[in-house]
Amino acid sequence: MDFARIQEKLEILADAAKYDVSCSSSGGNRKNNGGLGNSHASGICHSYTEDGRCVSLLKILLTNHCIFDCAYCVSRKSNDIKRAAFTVEEVVDLTINFYRRNYIEGLFLSSGIFKDADTTMERLVRVAKKLRTEHRFNGYIHLKSIPGASDELMKEAGLYADRLSINIEIPTEKGLKLLAPDKSHAEMMKPMDFVKNELILYKDERKIFKKVPKFAPAGQSTQMIVGATNETDLKIIKVANHFYQNFNLKRVYYSGYVPVLEDSRLPSIHSQVPMQRENRLYQADWLMRFYGFRADEILENTNPFLDLEVDPKLAWALRNREKFPVNINTAPKELILRVPGIGTKSTGKILMARRFQKLNLEHLQKMGVAVNRAKYFVEFESENIFNRLLDEQNLRKILLSGMKSKFQNPFSQQLSLF
Amino acid sequence: MTILLYDGSFEGLLTSIFEVFEYKFDDAEIISSANYQQKDFFAEIHEVISQKEKADRVLKKLEENLGKEGIRNLLWVYLSERKDLERLILSAVRYSIKNPKENILQDFAHPDIIEISKICKSVGRERHRMTAFVRFEKLQDDVYFSKIEPDFNVLPLILNHFKNRYQDQKWMIFDLKRNYGIFYDLENADFFYPEEHQILQLRNPKNLHHDEEKKYQKLWQRYFFKTNIVERKNIKLHIQWLPKRYWKYLTEKN
Repeated sequence: MDFARIQEKLEILADAAKYDVSCSSSGGNRKNNGGLGNSHASGICHSYTEDGRCVSLLKILLTNHCIFDCAYCVSRKSNDIKRAAFTVEEVVDLTINFYRRNYIEGLFLSSGIFKDADTTMERLVRVAKKLRTEHRFNGYIHLKSIPGASDELMKEAGLYADRLSINIEIPTEKGLKLLAPDKSHAEMMKPMDFVKNELILYKDERKIFKKVPKFAPAGQSTQMIVGATNETDLKIIKVANHFYQNFNLKRVYYSGYVPVLEDSRLPSIHSQVPMQRENRLYQADWLMRFYGFRADEILENTNPFLDLEVDPKLAWALRNREKFPVNINTAPKELILRVPGIGTKSTGKILMARRFQKLNLEHLQKMGVAVNRAKYFVEFESENIFNRLLDEQNLRKILLSGMKSKFQNPFSQQLSLF
Repeated sequence: MTILLYDGSFEGLLTSIFEVFEYKFDDAEIISSANYQQKDFFAEIHEVISQKEKADRVLKKLEENLGKEGIRNLLWVYLSERKDLERLILSAVRYSIKNPKENILQDFAHPDIIEISKICKSVGRERHRMTAFVRFEKLQDDVYFSKIEPDFNVLPLILNHFKNRYQDQKWMIFDLKRNYGIFYDLENADFFYPEEHQILQLRNPKNLHHDEEKKYQKLWQRYFFKTNIVERKNIKLHIQWLPKRYWKYLTEKN
């Protein structure tokens, strides 16, 4: 093997793939019978880059040759950059050798569209097939579906991959038309819909025949670029909600736009990466998936952007003070989950512990609740003096002075809007 | 006050707990003999000899009361190597014997139980990190070798993970802090306890590396460098996820 050449390709094709955020290795559950590797439902992050993002998969493009010309993409046709392409064998060899050294949980393989959708998709599928059948590899495989790929190829992809995803890229069709003239939401939705239907089909069949193979057991995900066009946060989480509801997606990822190209249609190359906005969107996403919030509770039409100063759960509580205080010793789970500063884990602990004795604020603190936020919104059998402040107009200010935002640190590149 | 001295093993600890109840020691402290320094002249010393039968009876009772997960939690407290691990475990067992119908490990308002829950969180996190941060290096004899130095004694907790994952390659994980390891020979994964002169070799196995090892290390390092997004640099977050004390064993950080 020519290591110098492989290294050069790896550098180019890792660099080109790094903006894709969907790199988790969770949701898969593949057992190992004498071969190499397995996957856990919870996934493992093996390392973290200096930007603080997890490395769990070898995330690369098969090639960065692309016939498309999407404005936000480094690999776009009209961009003058070094191009490279891996062979199927090279990707397989890198995956196996990295996996044997416990660097990674598996492979995340995407690609530029180098000839047409089917030729590209076929090559991606071939990598997965070789890993599974020739190397008895049971680690995680995430394949990026190519918009416009045929149903037959999508079906084969689902048999070898743990997860399939297709990026919706820009939340609105109008924005997408502007920045990615070769793409359309309809064309992206087609394979997504196909995968959804196959997932249901295979699941039903497995109920009857145990031997039916698994189809994309870790489901499908998508990603949206945030801040490249001027859509509102409300629009973004409504789109996400639509995918969760109608396509059974496991995850929607939000990728704060990193300016990579000078283009009149895009924010300037000197603009900041909207990391704080991205963070708030993930918090909103969590509220929908784990806390029982609806999209239209998190944001209202009159104010369609997430508050950058306080997290969306606290913002909701400040708008809905009449719902508080919540009695920790008697309230149902759904209400406890809505208290700012109390997460899903603490909620579980509270529900268990209160069977033994009446809880107070000190108990909550020891259980790991962020009492600096929670204390104003909870009550107990004995008086909680902080409840008096619940009706105060300046509660928001009081709360902010008691919190240390992770974005108020020297590493944040984002300026406050206020 | 009675001081029970045991051999430091989990079985010994369980035997001691059995004897606390057997001899009705109300005011008892269990200490591993290696950690014992005579400090209390008025305490009565009771030496415990590890007995599987007594240990098993404690385990059986605990499983009835707290389930397998409860036993797992107490084992994790033992593996945490904390100074007061014996006191915490004895306290939990006493509490459980008094309330056999309740899973007392869920009483998070109880000071000892919340402490146990916190220890389990730490040990669990370290266990998880060791499934993530182990970096194997391929040696000339095709064994994949790794050194670790975990904060807690989690090697027994990761054996099965690696045994399930790497079935078709020989591998070895060596704990530099506690001087023992696991070796998998394509059939069984077992603990091994090397001699002095072997330990020196295990600490620095560079001259045993397979020819291709360096090349794959280089590829991984370059990949790691290239996958970073400079515009998003956030060192604080980086260190939060990847604490510095682990860096020396991570190929990509060297």
